[in-house]
Amino acid sequence: MSDFWSSLTLLFQVGLFVSALRAATPLIFAALGGVFSERSGVVNIALDGIMLVGAFMAVMGSYFLKDPWLGLLIALVSGALFALLFGVIVIRYRADQVVTGVAFNMLALGLTGFLLRLIFHHAGQSPMVAKLPDWVIPFNRFPGLSRFPALQSFVDRWIQPVLGQHTPPVYLAIAAAFLAHYVLFRTPFGLRLRAVGEHPRAADTVGVNVYAMRYLAVGLSGALAGLGGATLSLGLLSSFIENMTSGRGFIALAAMIFGKWTPLGALGACLLFGFFDALQMLGQTLGFRVPREFFLMLPYLLTMAVLAGVIGRATPPAADGKPYDKSHA
Amino acid sequence: MLAERERAFRPFRLEGLERLWIAFAAVMLALFLGAGFILWAGKSPLVGYQALWQGSFGSLQNFAELTVSMTPLVFTGLSIAVAYRAGLFNIGAEGQFIVGQIAGAWAGAASVFTGWPMWAHLPVTLLAGFLAGGLWAAVPGLLKAYRGVHEVINTIMMNWIALYFTHWLVMGPLRADPIVPRTKDILPSAMLWRFLLPSRANLGIVVALLVALAVWYLMWKTTVGYGIRAVGYNPSAAEYAGIPVARHLLLAMIISGGLAGLGGAVWVSGVQLKFLDIFTFTGYGFDGIAVALLGNNHPLGVVGGAFLFGIFARGAQLMQSVADIPKEIISVVTAVVIILVAADQIIRGLGRRRSSRRAKEVAAHV
Repeated sequence: MSDFWSSLTLLFQVGLFVSALRAATPLIFAALGGVFSERSGVVNIALDGIMLVGAFMAVMGSYFLKDPWLGLLIALVSGALFALLFGVIVIRYRADQVVTGVAFNMLALGLTGFLLRLIFHHAGQSPMVAKLPDWVIPFNRFPGLSRFPALQSFVDRWIQPVLGQHTPPVYLAIAAAFLAHYVLFRTPFGLRLRAVGEHPRAADTVGVNVYAMRYLAVGLSGALAGLGGATLSLGLLSSFIENMTSGRGFIALAAMIFGKWTPLGALGACLLFGFFDALQMLGQTLGFRVPREFFLMLPYLLTMAVLAGVIGRATPPAADGKPYDKSHA
Repeated sequence: MLAERERAFRPFRLEGLERLWIAFAAVMLALFLGAGFILWAGKSPLVGYQALWQGSFGSLQNFAELTVSMTPLVFTGLSIAVAYRAGLFNIGAEGQFIVGQIAGAWAGAASVFTGWPMWAHLPVTLLAGFLAGGLWAAVPGLLKAYRGVHEVINTIMMNWIALYFTHWLVMGPLRADPIVPRTKDILPSAMLWRFLLPSRANLGIVVALLVALAVWYLMWKTTVGYGIRAVGYNPSAAEYAGIPVARHLLLAMIISGGLAGLGGAVWVSGVQLKFLDIFTFTGYGFDGIAVALLGNNHPLGVVGGAFLFGIFARGAQLMQSVADIPKEIISVVTAVVIILVAADQIIRGLGRRRSSRRAKEVAAHV
């Protein structure tokens, strides 16, 4: 009997981590997008809308081109284009970034809903399309691993079941976080991007094109958020559902802040928030005492606590949210 | 911190007349774009926009329903406008509206108030909504005023917390129906009087207009309002003049949240008569941003903006049901209006280009 219970808890724990990773993946892409945009000085509240556009275009691509990989690519490109349109409004026309972000979320919701009816003649949900295949990575067959039995059994029991089989975006998202960290903190491009977000006038003075850097960052953030959306519609599910992000763009925004505007911090925050989501789902099946709404609230509560300086302190880039006008001193 | 508070609120600097022209041009351009979308859907824009018009002005009943759909927008619009005048951006009107709804639904149905006359119970119900919204906004308000944390992120976070919190309340402690998640029906003594039946028109619209008047009085005729506007206009100057900046920021946020919460309670007491869990945002808080922006953050403008977006909200339903035109087009139109008003440079640029071309033509003739 006790054997039964221990194996049951083990199963749930592995399952818990697997679903935490899956829930975290779309958040990771979008949060990284947020990091790039805000580091360049553009507040991007529109992440949720861009994800929605990405999710929809991914399904369109998979439906018409019969290839989920092309769907992913189309999501990336359309996310970038949608974000660049946002960029034109806030960079060139210097509109309030928050107001414009809210409007772009509305726009994304309206456009995807409209196109869903127009193209698939369906309200609410698109037809099923080919989703991304699972990748199997045999961590437990790592050469030489069998020489360390303790390690081997740990990998067999935990690493392999948790990390061994996922859709490609799961691996891509984690890789993207490390790549983003490298780009942002170890390359001249990253240095310029951060300079533009901290002190655009100084960056401009030393010859960095502030507008170009911001367009690049916003475009990149759109590409990433678009991928995040595609992860929802082609990775987790295999169709588009109206408003399917259900606020994940805002959780990603919270994760970006919780991670203090750094790619690896955002990665950690997304994994944590994904874990809460998995707990909440598990709680529903097991009937936890703690209401599931508490777990759903937790990311937002924690983010507010971090902003208020209760746990650590998060400070945004100095020029975040401020339009730059070259002609004004 | 002061530098952050001095964030430029461009709409302030523009003259009223120019704002009106930009708002008008934005709405026209957006409707023009919407016509393009209707054509794309293979329908006639004429039929579509006729349905839009009929939805609000086709009959007395339809007009009565317009007053219903514009009422919450007056409240959320006023909410955002008051915060904006203090230099704050309250994206949290949505959450404040929701907690106002549940507070109103609770106070309207609570057995403590059974037997109370309407003149006492109704104000208590509405006040509960105001307090709940005010309290909800006080959290980001306090963090902004005394810790310098930007209110935008916190109000967004509070929206989601409100959504889950009320969901929990209506699924658990306040649940009154085993099948549909909803609270008890409010008592007749907490209901706003309905007229022009069978429409849902009720005294809520009158309350909304009176509150708009009160907000105008508060903001332009009292010391408190002057203080709030001064802080929004130039916090450093306000501080130098001896106006306690932090206190006014907090106060503006509480009033702003209270107005949105009051809107929620009015919606419950006039229309829904209970809290119904839909588990998504109502959208009134976000549309309120459009309303306030279009109305130049002035109570009179807000009422005008709410009137317009009320027509849109009615029209979206009718375009869909009567003319089979996707109602999502109206979301696109609303979004475009916000973008064009926020990026006023676009419309001013268009105007300037035209006038400069005319100037050249005139010069060529001379």
